[in-house]
Amino acid sequence: MTRLTEWFSAGRSSGKHTLPFVVILLTMTLLASAANLFLPADSALYVSTYTITLLGKYLCYAMLALAVDIIWGYCGILSLGHGAFFALGGYAMGMYLMRQIGDRGVYGNPLLPDFMVFLDWKELPWFWLGMDHFWFAMLMAVVVPGILAFVFGWLAFRSRVTGVYLSIMTQALTYALLLAFFRNEMGFGGNNGLTDFKEILGFDLQADSTRVSLFMITALLLAVLFVVSQRILSSRFGKVVLAIRDAESRSRFIGYRTDRYKVWLFVYSAVIAGIAGALYVPQVGIINPGEFSPINSIEMVIWVAVGGRGTLIGAIIGAILVNYAKTRFTAIMPDAWLFALGAMFVLVTLYLPKGLMGLYAQMMAKRRPAKTQESEA
Amino acid sequence: MRHLIALCCCLFGLLSFSVYAAESSPQDSLLTELVGAKLKNMTPILEKLANTQGEAILPLFRILLGGDLYYIKADKSLVGQFDEQGNTVYKDVFSQVVVPNLSKKDVKKIRVNNTLRGYLRNAIAQIQLTAKSPELRQSAVRELLSKLDKDTINLIEALYPNEANKKVKEAMGLALSMYAATSIDLVPSNRLVAIERLSTSLEGDVRNTLTKLMKDENPAIVKAASEALENIAQRANRFAFIDQLFFGLSLGSVLLLASIGLAITFGVMGVINMAHGEMIMLGAYTTYVVQLIMPNYIDYSIWVAIPAAFLVSGLMGVLIERLVIRHLHGRPLETLLATFGISLILQQLVRTIFSPLNRQVSTPSWMSGSWEINPVLSLTLNRLYILAFALLVFIALVIILKKTSLGLNVRAVSQNRSMAKAMGVKTNWVDAMTFGLGSGIAGIAGVALSQLTNVGPNLGQAYIIDSFMVVVFGGVGNLLGTLVAAFSLGIATKFLEPTTGAVLAAIIVLVFIILFIQKRPKGLFPQKGRAAE
Amino acid sequence: MKIKMLTSAILLSGATLMTLPSWAADTIKVGVLHSLSGTMAISETTLKDTVLMMVEEQNKKGGLLGKQLEAIVVDPASNWPLFAEKGRELLTQEKVDVIFGSWTSVSRKSVLPVLEELNGLMFYPVQYEGEESSKNVFYTGAAPNQQAIPAVDYLMNDLDVERFVLAGTDYVYPRTTNKILEAYLKAKGVAAKDIMINYTPFGHSDWQSIVSDIKKFGGEGKKTAVVSTINGDANIPFYKELGNQGISSEDIPVVAFSVGEEELSGLDTKPLVGHLAAWNYFQSVESDANDEFIAKWKAFTKDSNRVTNDPMEATYIGFKMWANAVTDAGTTDVDAVEQAMIGQETPNLTGGIAVMNKNHHLSKPVLIGEIQDDGQFEVVWETDGVVAGDAWSDFLPGSKDLISDWTAPIKCGNYNTKTKTCSGQVY
Repeated sequence: MTRLTEWFSAGRSSGKHTLPFVVILLTMTLLASAANLFLPADSALYVSTYTITLLGKYLCYAMLALAVDIIWGYCGILSLGHGAFFALGGYAMGMYLMRQIGDRGVYGNPLLPDFMVFLDWKELPWFWLGMDHFWFAMLMAVVVPGILAFVFGWLAFRSRVTGVYLSIMTQALTYALLLAFFRNEMGFGGNNGLTDFKEILGFDLQADSTRVSLFMITALLLAVLFVVSQRILSSRFGKVVLAIRDAESRSRFIGYRTDRYKVWLFVYSAVIAGIAGALYVPQVGIINPGEFSPINSIEMVIWVAVGGRGTLIGAIIGAILVNYAKTRFTAIMPDAWLFALGAMFVLVTLYLPKGLMGLYAQMMAKRRPAKTQESEA
Repeated sequence: MRHLIALCCCLFGLLSFSVYAAESSPQDSLLTELVGAKLKNMTPILEKLANTQGEAILPLFRILLGGDLYYIKADKSLVGQFDEQGNTVYKDVFSQVVVPNLSKKDVKKIRVNNTLRGYLRNAIAQIQLTAKSPELRQSAVRELLSKLDKDTINLIEALYPNEANKKVKEAMGLALSMYAATSIDLVPSNRLVAIERLSTSLEGDVRNTLTKLMKDENPAIVKAASEALENIAQRANRFAFIDQLFFGLSLGSVLLLASIGLAITFGVMGVINMAHGEMIMLGAYTTYVVQLIMPNYIDYSIWVAIPAAFLVSGLMGVLIERLVIRHLHGRPLETLLATFGISLILQQLVRTIFSPLNRQVSTPSWMSGSWEINPVLSLTLNRLYILAFALLVFIALVIILKKTSLGLNVRAVSQNRSMAKAMGVKTNWVDAMTFGLGSGIAGIAGVALSQLTNVGPNLGQAYIIDSFMVVVFGGVGNLLGTLVAAFSLGIATKFLEPTTGAVLAAIIVLVFIILFIQKRPKGLFPQKGRAAE
Repeated sequence: MKIKMLTSAILLSGATLMTLPSWAADTIKVGVLHSLSGTMAISETTLKDTVLMMVEEQNKKGGLLGKQLEAIVVDPASNWPLFAEKGRELLTQEKVDVIFGSWTSVSRKSVLPVLEELNGLMFYPVQYEGEESSKNVFYTGAAPNQQAIPAVDYLMNDLDVERFVLAGTDYVYPRTTNKILEAYLKAKGVAAKDIMINYTPFGHSDWQSIVSDIKKFGGEGKKTAVVSTINGDANIPFYKELGNQGISSEDIPVVAFSVGEEELSGLDTKPLVGHLAAWNYFQSVESDANDEFIAKWKAFTKDSNRVTNDPMEATYIGFKMWANAVTDAGTTDVDAVEQAMIGQETPNLTGGIAVMNKNHHLSKPVLIGEIQDDGQFEVVWETDGVVAGDAWSDFLPGSKDLISDWTAPIKCGNYNTKTKTCSGQVY
C-alpha cells in the first residue's frame, strides 16, 4: 500500500492528493452507478439517468480541462483552440456511431447516413471509409487531433510563436475548422452535425446500462489519464517543461530543445482532448460544428482558471464546478444566468488568481504555521 | 426622393385641377372601379385612366406607386396619405386640398403589388418623357429601354430632334439605335450602324439586345453584334475590377474600424480585451438611442451619435479599467478571462434593457443609395462614407498618439512603465485614459457598423475574432500595421470570394494568417526594441 | 488532506444528488425549450413569451381537466447538445406533460432521440426542411411544400419570372429547400443556366459581391427573382445592401422564407417595399381572431410596438390543438394525446381551419406578402384553400417513395410505399 501511495505521489508536492482523489472519484462513480441501476426509481437515493448523463458530460469536460491545464498550467502555452481537438475526437466517434446506424436510418440506406441521402450524395466520401470499425474510429479519435497538434505545434514552436500570438493563432485554427465543418460540402453533416445514434459496439445507447457503463469508463479513463499525467509531469520531462514555463530562454541557453518538449506536450494534450471528445459524443448524443466555436475554447480555459491552473486536481474540480453552476443557473434563472457566470469569471480572476486550489493552499498555509508553532512549543 | 414626389404631385395637381373639374364623369366611374378592384383587374383600369387622362393622371399614379393611395370608407373617394411634420394628413389626390377630420380608421388602403408598380413606373416614364427636368427625362428614357415598343419609339422619335439636353438626347439616341438594330425590316447597313452605336454603351439592356441579335439570320449582323459585345465586355471587365477593389477596400475599412480600438487596448496596452466587441456594440446601441431621441432629425443623428458613442463606450472602458484591469497588470492572459466575463455581462445587460431583438437604426438620407458612375459601376454611398470615416478616425488617432501630451504619455508608459513612473507620469491615469480612448474608438466604430449590419446583442461577437486577426497580422503595437493588415485582408477576401465562395475565402484567409505568423511571428510590422519583449 | 477529501466528497455527492425528483403537485406541466441567450435568443424569446401567454390564458379559463397549467422554462442557450440535456431534464426531472420548443433544425434533431427514448411530446413551431416525422413531435410550422413551392409558383405565374437565384445560408434547411426547388424548377422547364445557387456562412455580413452578382445575373434580359433562405442575422445586412445597390422589387423581387415581421422590426423597410415573403400567417391579415391575438400579445408584453409572426401563430395553433386533444383524451398521457391530436381542427388566425394530419403536419393556407414601409406585409396572393404539409418531399430522389402515417395500421413516420417497409423506428 505504501508503495502504491509512493508511486502515486512521486515527486511533486501536490502528488499527495493523487491517490485520495482517484479513490474518491471512482467510489463516487460506483455509488452513483449502482444507485441508478439497482435502486427503484422512487427511492430517495435513486440517481436518475439524467444525472448520470450529466455527470458523464462533466467528467468529459474535466478530462478536457486536464488537457488544457497540462499545457497552460505546466508549460505556459495558452491554447484558445483546444475545442478543435475535442471536436475532432468527437467527430471520429460520431462517424463511427453514424455508420452503426446502418440501414436503420429514416431512408433505410445501408451505406449512406441520412444527411447524405437527402443531399443526394452518391457514395461515401473517402474519409468515412473504415469508420465502421470501432478500433479504427478510436484510433482516428486520437491520431487526427494528435497530427493536427503536431503540425501546428511544430510550425509554431519552431518559429518561436509565443504568448498572445500563439493564443490568437490557436483561436484562428479552431475558427477556420468551425467554418470548414459548417460547409455541407465537407461531408460531415454541416450545421446539423451527426446525431440520432442508435448503438455502440452493439449496445443500445438509450439503455440505462450503456449510459452507466459509458459514465464509468469516462471516470476510469479520467483517473488513468490523471495519474499518467501526474507521472509525466513529475518526471524529468516534466521538470524541463516547468523550466520552460518559468524561463524559456534560459532553458534554451542551457541546451534544451525547448520546441521539442513543447511540441510533444502539445500533442499529448491534444490526444487527451480527442479522447474526451470521443467519450462526450455518445453521452450527449450529438456532435456538430458548434463545438469548434472559439467561445467554447475560451470557456475551457476559464474552467482551469477557476479551479486553479498548474494543479491537475484544480482543473478537474474547476470544470465540474463551473459546468454544474451553469446547469443550475440556466434552470434557476434562465434570463439572467449570464450575469452570474460573467461575474464569476471576473471575481475569480480578480480575487482568486490561483483559483480554488490556490485558496485551499492559502487556507492550509494559514493553519500550518499555527500547528508548527504549537509543536515547537 | 419622397420630397421630390410630393413636390411633383403639387405641381401636377395644380395643373390638373381644372381638367378634373371639367370632365369628371367618366373618370369618376373609373376611379370608383379602382376602389373596388382586385389586384389582378387593376391594370386595365389604370390603362384606361392613362389613355383618357394623359398627364393629368400623373399625381394619382405617383401616389399609388408610393403606396400612399387610400379611399375614404364613407364615400369611396380617393385620398393620398402624406406626412407633414410627423403628422399623417390626407389630401385629395388631384386638388391637394387637405381633407379634414380623417383618421386612420376612416380610410382604407388601395393595394399595389409588383406587377402594378412595374406598370406604373413604365406609364409614368412614358408621360414623363416630356417632363421639365432633364434628369426626369433621362431616367424616363432609361426606364423605357427595357420595354421598347412601336408607340414608345414613335414618341421618342418625335421628341428627339427638339431635345436640348445632351445627356437626354444621347439616351434617346441609344433607344432609337436599340430599336433600329432589332428591326428586321430595316436595311442591314442601317442596322449595322445602329449596332456600332450600341457598342459604346454599357447599359444592361443594350447587352441583352445584342445577345438576342446573336441569333439573327444575317451573319453580318451576328458578327457585328458579337464584336460589339466583346467590346462592351472588355470595358465592363475593367470596371468590374474597380468594383471588386472597392468591395475589398470597403471590407477593409470595416475591419479597420472594428480593430483600431483593439489596436490600442490590446496592441498598446497589452490587454487581451475580449470585451472589445461589446464596446462596438455599445456604440451601435448609442446610435439607436440617439435616433430614438431625435426621430425627426435622422439626417443629423449620426453627428450626435459619434461623440455620444465615444463617450458611452469610453466611459465604460474607463470604468472597466478602474474596476478590473488595473488589478491585472503584467498578467495579460488573465485579462482575457476577466474581459470575457465582462463581455458576457455586457451582452446580457443589453439583452435585458433592449430585448434580444435587433434594433432598427435608420440610414440618413445622405448616406443611402449609390453614386452611379456608369451603368456597370456604382459605388454605394454608405460604404464610401464609411471608408472615408475609417481613414479619418485612423488619422485622428495617429495624431493623438504622436502629437499630444496624452499620446506621449501613452507611448512612454507602454514602452517602459517604471521609467515613465519615475519621470512623474501618472501611470494610473494614463492607463485609464488609454483604455478609455481605445474603447471610445470602438464605440465610434459601432456607429459606422450600425449602418451596415444588425444592431443586436451579438454584434460584438461577430467582429471580435476578425479584429484580433487584423491586429496580430499587422503587428501588435503598430497602428500602421493594423491599417495595412485590415486593407490587405479585406481586398484578399473580396478577390477570393468570386472563385471560392464566401466560406472558403474566409477559411483560406485564416489559414494564410496562421502560416504567415509562423514565418513572421510578430506580424507584418514587428515592434522593435525592449518594449517588444 | 482530510479537508481535501471532504470537499471532493461533498462536491461529487452534491452533484449526484442535485436533482432529486421534484414532488409532483397537481398541475399539468408545460415545458418551454427555447433559447433565451446566445445567437438564437433573438427569435426564440418571443416564442417563450407566446407559450407563457397561452398558458396564462388557459388558466384564466380554468386550466385543463380541472387542473391549472404550470409553465417550466429552461434555457438551452443556443447550444445544441444542451437541447438534448434540457429536454431530458424537462421530461425526467420536471416530468412535464408536453414541450413547446426548438427553432433550428439542429436543435430539434438534438432533442429528438431523447423525446423518442422517453416518449415525450413536443410541438415544433417553425418552418423547416421536412424529411422528418417522429411519433413524438408535431410540426406546426410549414413544410417546404407549404412555403417554398407556392412561392415559386407565384413568381412564375404572376410575376413571369424566368431566372432564379437561390440564395441561402449554408445549413440544412436552405440546402434541402433549394434541392427541392431546383428539382421543381427543372421539372417546370427552367434551364440549369437560369438557376444560380449561392451559399453563405451564418451571420454573413458583407454582401457586396453577392448582391452585385445577383444584379448582374438579373440584368441579362430575363425577369429574375431571388429566392432567399438566408437565415436570421444575415438578412439585415443583405437587405441593406440590396437597398443601397438600388435593386428594387420591380426589377428583382426577393422572396424570403425566413424573414417575418420580427426580423423586419430591426430594419428600416422603406428601401425594401415590394420584396416578398411566403408564410402561413401575416400580422396584417384582418380577422377578428387575429385582432384579438395581437391585442392580447401587446397587452401581455406591455409593448404596443411588439409584432406578431408566423412561428407565433404556429405555437398558438399547436397549443390550442394540444389543449383540445388533452380534453378529448381526458388525460395528458402522451400516447392518448398523440392519437387524439390527429384530426384536430383549430381556426387559423388568418381565417380558415388548420387540420392536424396523419403525418403530424398541419394543413394551412399559404400567403405571399409584400413588404410595406411600416414593416408589415401586404398579402398579394394566397392559396385557394389549405395546403397539407408534406413530410417527405416528392422532389427529392431519396424521399419520393416515403410517406408518414401515424394511424393504424401503418403507424410509421417514414413508410416506404414501394418496399412496404418502415425503416429504423422502434416504438
